[in-house]
Order: sequence, then structure tokens, then C-alpha cells
Amino acid sequence: MPVMNMVQALNLALREEMRRDPRVIVLGEDVGKRGGVFLVTEGLLEEFGEKRVIDTPLTEMGIIGIAIGLAMYGFKPVAEIQFIDFVYEAFDQIVSEAAKMRAKTGGMFTAPIVIRAPCCGGVKGAMHHSQSPEAYFIHTAGLVTMMPSRPYDAKGMLKAAIRSEDPVVFLEPKSIYRTIREEVPEEDYVIPIGKGRIAREGSDVTIVTYGAMVHVSVKAAELAEKKHGWSVEVIDLRTLFPFDRDLILKSLEKTGRLIIVHEAPRTLGFGAEIAAYIAEKAIDLLRGPVIRVTGYDTPFPLVYEKLYMPNVARIYLAIEKVMRY
Amino acid sequence: MYQNPFETKYSLKDIVEKLKLERAVGLYRIIDPDGNVVAEKEPDIAKDLLMSMYTSMIRTRILDAWLLKLQRMGKVALHAPNVGEEAIGVGVTLALDKNDWIFPYYRNIGVFIARGVTEEEILDRNIANIADPFKGKEFTILGSKRHRIAPSTVPVGNQIPHAVGFALGAYIAGEKIAVLTIFGDGATSRDGFHAGLNFAGIYRLPVVFVVQNNQWAISVSAKKQTGSITFAVKGVAYNIPGIRVDGNDVLAVYIASKDAANRARNGEGPTLIEAVTYRMGPHTTADDPTRYRSPEEVKAMEKYDPIARFENYLVNRGYLSEQELKEIYNEWSSKIEEIVRKCISKPPLAVEVIFEDVYSQRFWNLEEQLEEYRESLEIMKKLGIEVE
Repeated sequence: MPVMNMVQALNLALREEMRRDPRVIVLGEDVGKRGGVFLVTEGLLEEFGEKRVIDTPLTEMGIIGIAIGLAMYGFKPVAEIQFIDFVYEAFDQIVSEAAKMRAKTGGMFTAPIVIRAPCCGGVKGAMHHSQSPEAYFIHTAGLVTMMPSRPYDAKGMLKAAIRSEDPVVFLEPKSIYRTIREEVPEEDYVIPIGKGRIAREGSDVTIVTYGAMVHVSVKAAELAEKKHGWSVEVIDLRTLFPFDRDLILKSLEKTGRLIIVHEAPRTLGFGAEIAAYIAEKAIDLLRGPVIRVTGYDTPFPLVYEKLYMPNVARIYLAIEKVMRY
Repeated sequence: MYQNPFETKYSLKDIVEKLKLERAVGLYRIIDPDGNVVAEKEPDIAKDLLMSMYTSMIRTRILDAWLLKLQRMGKVALHAPNVGEEAIGVGVTLALDKNDWIFPYYRNIGVFIARGVTEEEILDRNIANIADPFKGKEFTILGSKRHRIAPSTVPVGNQIPHAVGFALGAYIAGEKIAVLTIFGDGATSRDGFHAGLNFAGIYRLPVVFVVQNNQWAISVSAKKQTGSITFAVKGVAYNIPGIRVDGNDVLAVYIASKDAANRARNGEGPTLIEAVTYRMGPHTTADDPTRYRSPEEVKAMEKYDPIARFENYLVNRGYLSEQELKEIYNEWSSKIEEIVRKCISKPPLAVEVIFEDVYSQRFWNLEEQLEEYRESLEIMKKLGIEVE
């Protein structure tokens, strides 16, 4: 089985889906000859031609609006936003149009587009190449939001997104685009929407996280085990909405302690939703406060990004807090 | 082949000729407000089609008046009146082939009528009763897949890039159709207008863009919407020919649209049509135009009315008598009144529609919330609380 990084796994997912289904079209800025600025679409133009790999002018709202039109025609557009930080121009098309097309028309029309975009920090991208805006999309009824943490998942999840009948925002943590390599099957497999996974088993604390923070959380869990013998479970949600409620509840039945880790700022971040959900539905399971380890409530900084983002020290501190409560 | 920009010049004469710039600043008109033919050559249009134009406009006007009334009666949440602008929706629609698609906006009842959508379906939608094809999620807008009409958008101009994407789809699939989209003068200031024309201009897509320039975006006049001399001339920058037409002259709208749609289908690229009209009524039933424009201005526009003008033309040409015009009006007036009565007596939608059609399946969060709603119903019953 070939060993790949996430970029290669995503590229393979696109290639396989485009071979499988002639309706799949890739569009975005620099996705053609350039192969995308991170090379996720490398080689697709050569294999599938200009009608299925479309270089667009520099307009995020245009890319999404046109993708919606393509989907209404019956195509399956996979639109690339070069950096999720530039998606805001397209926000109206995503939130007002793609997300609501089915509801607005009583199901007569749908716009099942896939919006792929590199996201998150860790590559010294500064304020406008590092953001984690997943909460805006999770908050919007009608959208599915996903974020993979490893190459194997990235391939199966992108395939699920492309086959979905709902619009999907597919966020790719660029800091782990090339840092993790693992075996990725060259055959067809799908990781269903809504299914998380246990990234590390444990019985004292549950960390709910996703994307690049899965790996930082696992490191913090290992440190806590080494220092104190505490057993920390790490859940990789994979799909942020609809999130895997049962996986979290099952883990909490075991641990009774919940930490949520994400790069996005804290206030009204996705952690707030998970904390509130557990407080409403399963407060009896909790043996201590729910703790969020997140980016600070500031714009993403150029300097000291590793201190701004959740890191091993901050997550370890949260584990200590909840264990010593 | 890469073209060296330092060694490239363009010819103004070529641009003026190729993009027919004169048409973008003129006013294409076939019949004048008195119903006289002013075009050099009167188009040869079959009587049946002329009759369709007329009845579609009449039906639009009658239905439009009813929707206003129904809003006042509390049966319809909101209405954006079409009065005075009927020739555009009707003219563009009848100019298209039946396989062409239309992406209208919320002031285009004429599109639906001319494409064969019934008054009943339009009323069911606006009343949001049990037969509402869109199941009560939004007001004023409609679309119909089987009539090849895309759903209009409430956020102004958002349908423009959808139409362009749809045309791109047709181009990729090799289907020779035209895609026509209509939007107001205000929409030309939104990013979708620029993105749409820009993209269509680059890829020479089969799109017909129609600006329904009714002079007012709520209270902002067209003069404050753009510094451009006309809206039609905006096509130049995108390499898209523009034509400014009298939008209250259904024949001019028809001919310009037919020509543009033919160009689109023949692979000659997009066209921008500015259809000059005037919004006789308020922006919507929630608007009060006396706050920002004078009654004299509105009064002065009455003589350009598209229906009166077309009636004069039909009578002048000897196609219909004054008596026959009245009969047609009365016939549709009573037909539509009957349909209105039928539609307002249909039962309402079930409350559960709120939870439907959000996704292709109902995820667990909505199952939980639906359950929550049902619990609230029980307590309402138990405590006698009424929530409307």
C-alpha cells in the first residue's frame, strides 16, 4: 500500500471521484496548470481537461456562485477557496444560497457543492492565511462541515463530501498537509459524514478535537500519562456538523471529564456548542468543569503563533485542572 | 499564445463596431407610447404570439393587483408590485426557446405566466398554503424546475452568478441553450453582477443579462446607483455587447432578447440588455415611496404604460377591437378572482415543514428539536397557551 501525505491523499480522492463520476468538476483560482498553490489539484488538468478543471478569475463569491449554478445544472462542483481566510467575500453565496437552496425551494432545487479550503495556523501564515472560521459554517443550517486530521481520513472524507447531496465545507489543516505520511489505500473507500473516531483510547479524560489539534492533543495525552499515569482519550470528530454525538457521550460515560481543543478563538467557537450540548444532555456524566483550550480571542498573530494556538503545555494544563478538580 | 502587452494596442473603432456601442447608449424602441410603430422595420410577429404577449401582461397585472390586495388582507406576507414593468418578464420569456432557462428576480411574475406557470401555483406559493411548492420558507419568490425557471433570490442579484454557472454547465455538457437572468438596477452594484459578467465575458458563455432598470432601488435612484451613463454600456469592460431598450415596449424587449438568446445559442457569447422601465408602485408592500419621490414624477410616467401602449398598437393594427380588449380583461379578471378564492381557502402547511428540507436527511439535532417542539405543543394544550 502506498505511503502518502494529505495533499497526495486529497489529490487521489479527487482523481478517483473524477474518474468515477463525469459530473465532478474542479474550479478555483490557480487549480489548473499551477495545480493549486498547495498542489492538491496537481495533474488534474492534464488528465481531465479544461472543461473539468476550471481556472477562475480572482473572485471567491464568483467561484461559489458559479459552483451553485453548476450544481443546479446537475454537475458536482468541487470549488477551491485558496485560503479559507478569503472565503468571506463568498459568505453570502454560501450562507444565503448554497445552504438554503433546498429549504427555500421545498427540495425542488439543491446546491450540493463541495467547498475545499486550506485552513488553520502553524505555517507562519499570519492574520490572513491562518484562520479557523469553522464556527460560521457549523452555525449555518444546511451546511455540512468537515476537517480531516490525517491522510487516510482525508481521502475517505473528501469522497464522502463529493458524494453528499448536501453542500459541504471541507477544511484542510495546511500545517499537516505534508507532515504526516501514512498508508493510504488506492482503492475506493468512504468515511461517512457524521462519524468521528477515537484517535487515542483512554479512561480518565476525554479530549474532543479535530484537524491538526488531534496530534497536539495526543502528545499532551502522552505527557499526562507519562507524568501522572492519567489515561486520556482523544476523539477526532472529523465531521464538525453533524458531529458524532454518540461517540462523545460514550466516551464521557467512561471518563466523566471533558476538554475541547480547537485553534479557533474561544468565544462562540465550536467548543462552546459541545460544552453546552453536554451540559444540557449529560450533565450527570460530568465530574469536573468542561474546559476549552482554544486560540485566544484575538486576530491570528504573525508573531508567536505556536504560543497563540493550543499547544502541548496548554492542553496538559487543562488535563491537570480537570483531573485535580 | 502569449500576447506581449508592451507591443499591443487596440482599435477604438473596432471596439465601437464590434460591441455596437451605439446601441448601448441609444434606446431601442419598436412602438412608441401611443402605439405607433417607430422602428424602421416592423418585426413580423405572428398574431398568436402577439396575443400571448398581451394576455400574459394582462394576467400579470391582474394577479399583481390581487397579491397587493391579499397582502393588505393579511393573506400574503409581502409583495413586490410588478405594475408598469410587465413587458419585461413577458417579453424576454416569450423570446426564448422552451429549453432555455430563466433566472428571474422577485419582480418577474410575467416570466412565470408567460412560461405557463398557473396563477394557482403562484398564489399557493405566495399565500404559503398546503399546496405551496416551496413549503413556506420564504416570501415572494418562486421557481419551477419543470418550466425551467430557477428560484429567484431575496438577497439582490445573487442569482446572477448562478445563471452564469448554469450556462457554464450547459457549455460543458454541450447542450445548446441560452440562460437568461433578470435583475434590477440596484443589483448592478452588487458583486454578483461583476463576477457574473466577468466570468461570462472570459468564457464567452451563453448568458443573456437583463437589467430591469425601473429607476428605483427602494429609495435610491438609478442616478445614485451608478456613475455610468447607461447600464447597458457597462458590458463594454467585459467584452459583452450591451443594448438599451424601451422596457415598456414588449416588442422591443422581445426582439432584443430573441437576438441575444440566438447569439448565446450560436456560441457568440453573452449580451447585456438594459430594459428601461419605471417602478409605478412601492418597492414592496413594506415601502412608502411618497417619502422619497414626487407624485408628479410618477404621474409623468403613466403615459409610458406597457399595456396601454400595446393595446393601442393592437387596435391600430386592427388585430383587436376596444370591445375585444375589454372582454379579454374581464375574462381573466373573473378567472383569476375564482382562483384567488380557491387558493385562500386551502388549508395551511403543517408546522413540521420547518424541520423539513434542511438537509437531504434529518440529522439528530433536528430530531431532538422536533421532539422539543412536540413537547411544547403538549404544554400549550395543557395550559391553554396560544402561540400563533
